[in-house]
Amino acid sequence: MSDANVYAVKTLTSKEYFAPGHRACSGCGQAVAVRMVQKALGRNIVMASATGCMEVVSSPFPQSSWEVPWIHVAFENAAAVASGIEAGLKAQRRKGKIDGRKITVVAMAGDGGTADIGLQALSGALERGHDFLYVCYDNEAYMNTGVQRSSATPFGAVTTTSPAGRVNSGQLTWKKNMMRITAAHDIPYAATASPSHPLDLVEKVKKGMETEGPAYLHVLSPCPPGWGIAAEDSIQLARLAVETGIFPLYEIDKGKHRITMNLEKLVPVKQYLKKQGRFRRLSPEMMEEIQERVCKEWQELREKAEQIDPSAGADEALSKEQEGETEAAKIFRVKAGAPV
Amino acid sequence: MAKRIGMEVSIAAAEAVKQADVDVVAAYPITPQTHIVEKLSEFAADGQLDGEYVTVESEHSAMSVCIGSQASGARTFTSTSSQGLALMSELVPIVSALRLPLVMLLVNRSLSGPLSIWNDHSDVMSIRDSGCIQLFVKNGQEVYDHVFIGYRIAEKENVLLPVIINMDGFILSHTFEPVEIMTPDELKGYLPPYQPKYTLHPDHPLTMGAYATPALYTEAKKAHDEVLKASYPSILEAWNSWGKRTGRHYRPVEELFCQDADTIIVSMGSLSETAAEAVKLMRDQGEKVGLLELRLWRPFPFEEFSRAAAGAQRLIVMDRAVSSGGPGGPVASEIRSALYGINNPPRVDSYIIGLGGRNVTIQDFVEMVEKTEAESALSPVTGSTYEIFGAREHH
Repeated sequence: MSDANVYAVKTLTSKEYFAPGHRACSGCGQAVAVRMVQKALGRNIVMASATGCMEVVSSPFPQSSWEVPWIHVAFENAAAVASGIEAGLKAQRRKGKIDGRKITVVAMAGDGGTADIGLQALSGALERGHDFLYVCYDNEAYMNTGVQRSSATPFGAVTTTSPAGRVNSGQLTWKKNMMRITAAHDIPYAATASPSHPLDLVEKVKKGMETEGPAYLHVLSPCPPGWGIAAEDSIQLARLAVETGIFPLYEIDKGKHRITMNLEKLVPVKQYLKKQGRFRRLSPEMMEEIQERVCKEWQELREKAEQIDPSAGADEALSKEQEGETEAAKIFRVKAGAPV
Repeated sequence: MAKRIGMEVSIAAAEAVKQADVDVVAAYPITPQTHIVEKLSEFAADGQLDGEYVTVESEHSAMSVCIGSQASGARTFTSTSSQGLALMSELVPIVSALRLPLVMLLVNRSLSGPLSIWNDHSDVMSIRDSGCIQLFVKNGQEVYDHVFIGYRIAEKENVLLPVIINMDGFILSHTFEPVEIMTPDELKGYLPPYQPKYTLHPDHPLTMGAYATPALYTEAKKAHDEVLKASYPSILEAWNSWGKRTGRHYRPVEELFCQDADTIIVSMGSLSETAAEAVKLMRDQGEKVGLLELRLWRPFPFEEFSRAAAGAQRLIVMDRAVSSGGPGGPVASEIRSALYGINNPPRVDSYIIGLGGRNVTIQDFVEMVEKTEAESALSPVTGSTYEIFGAREHH
């Protein structure tokens, strides 16, 4: 693990396109991610935002955190609004009504606005091949309305609509895999990213911008109140999600899978899960089930990325170290000034 | 010279959209709107329409694309019917609140259920209060003309509101009529290139669609209401200017034999053509009957309407939609409000007719007039009296 990643934020422009003063909760992983994404995008863009946390924290009239042209219309249609912007700019460019420079059109939405209510509009926009970048900020539930489950909520997580009951406890279904869904549209570029890995994130934003046609970026966005974590731990949790293989960092570039943050061994999922209030009620059996699934999916991903022999056993990927903080996580805490 | 050509009204509509130099069309197919968007697709494929045709996956996305496109500064068009409007209806008050001047041809069709592809006005009544300018047209020429008129009204800097043109499904959309197609020279100058003041562009970043707290929502609504009402002179201007150019004059309320009429039929859309025939027939028989055609639905022309209707003893109001559990017909209830408080207001009889494509004949109008005249001497009407005319009793 390179230390460079920790300081990568400083290599970005000092210009803020997502201006301070917004009303995100302290420790909001999404706000950190949005800030980095906007820095990577720069100023020559137009944004379409879905209703959700970032919309609400950034745009109470007459205030706005957006230093770039930005529009919010409704919850489920960010991809369609972006389609319209792209088509409108294209037609005006062709007819000489605006100058010929390329303007990047970006849509942003949460996991609900992407994987649930916005899935149809997203699918339509990807299928039609609009030249735009869609960024999904995945905090794994409807946080803006008070932590209700979405189809992106992970198995076992307690939310207000997947509560810890006597019969059932937490989310009973597995997280919808948006990467597979978007890749199935044969779009030229799709990637996952995490605010814990800024260099990787920035590179993927740039690739998405440069892609001709639709690009999709799925960004993990830890949510302190929704996940039951301390504000100062959100980036550490994002890092652990990557290191456990729960949220692997990879891209699908013109159909080719590439793991962008390779892991020698996976950190046991327990280390990630036990730090979060939403998983407090997980039974050992459920924990085991999650571990098995993560290993299996990691194995499948490595096979797709041609980084592993398909005959290797899935459990070989798992680190034997069962307890204790990983080296990378420790480094992160030291750099962040937290007590060792 | 403008040529009068026999053509399907939907094709005339598409012709007008092409001539209006629209930059982006986004639409989803739905009966009976389809012929309009099929023709526009052909124009785009042939390079005759210099714009982008976005083949969306739903009407919700159709309106979303239109909002994005219009916000980027492109002149944008859409068309839908019935369930399509219902699906996009979340966005209709948003497009007007964002002050985006697109034009929509709403090919009126009844709302399900039961499912019916045929004509009535239940679709548009569901978005009555959406803050858009809403007009009704009654023949192919009016459809064609109002595409240009619609954009001229919508894009005025002091208006900037969407214009929804209502045309009856099948009865109008699928009928062949002679339509005078204007030459580019004749159109020149009526619809100048769209030059929006506020657009989404990196050269002048701005935020559109910010949300309002309780401290500001009321003010936003009031401002919207005021601008819609204040659009009235701009609507008249667009009609007058078109009239001077073409000789085809339009008014918010069209009158036929209203001045000395005892009984006035009030109607909207293509029904007015049949009603006009009925009125002429009754006039020939010496009955003092008139017709008042409501062309402008929003903003409602209260003053013009009251003036035109004030002399009559009876108004017979046609509604092609039901406000269930309420005052019956939405148009009749509007008119009762419009006349409230004036001296000796006419009696207002509310008839709901022509639902789900049920034909309305000249004889039906004659019957409604006779029935009303006979009853008005015997029974009073209240604000909630209405009749669903011609409905068969079930046994």
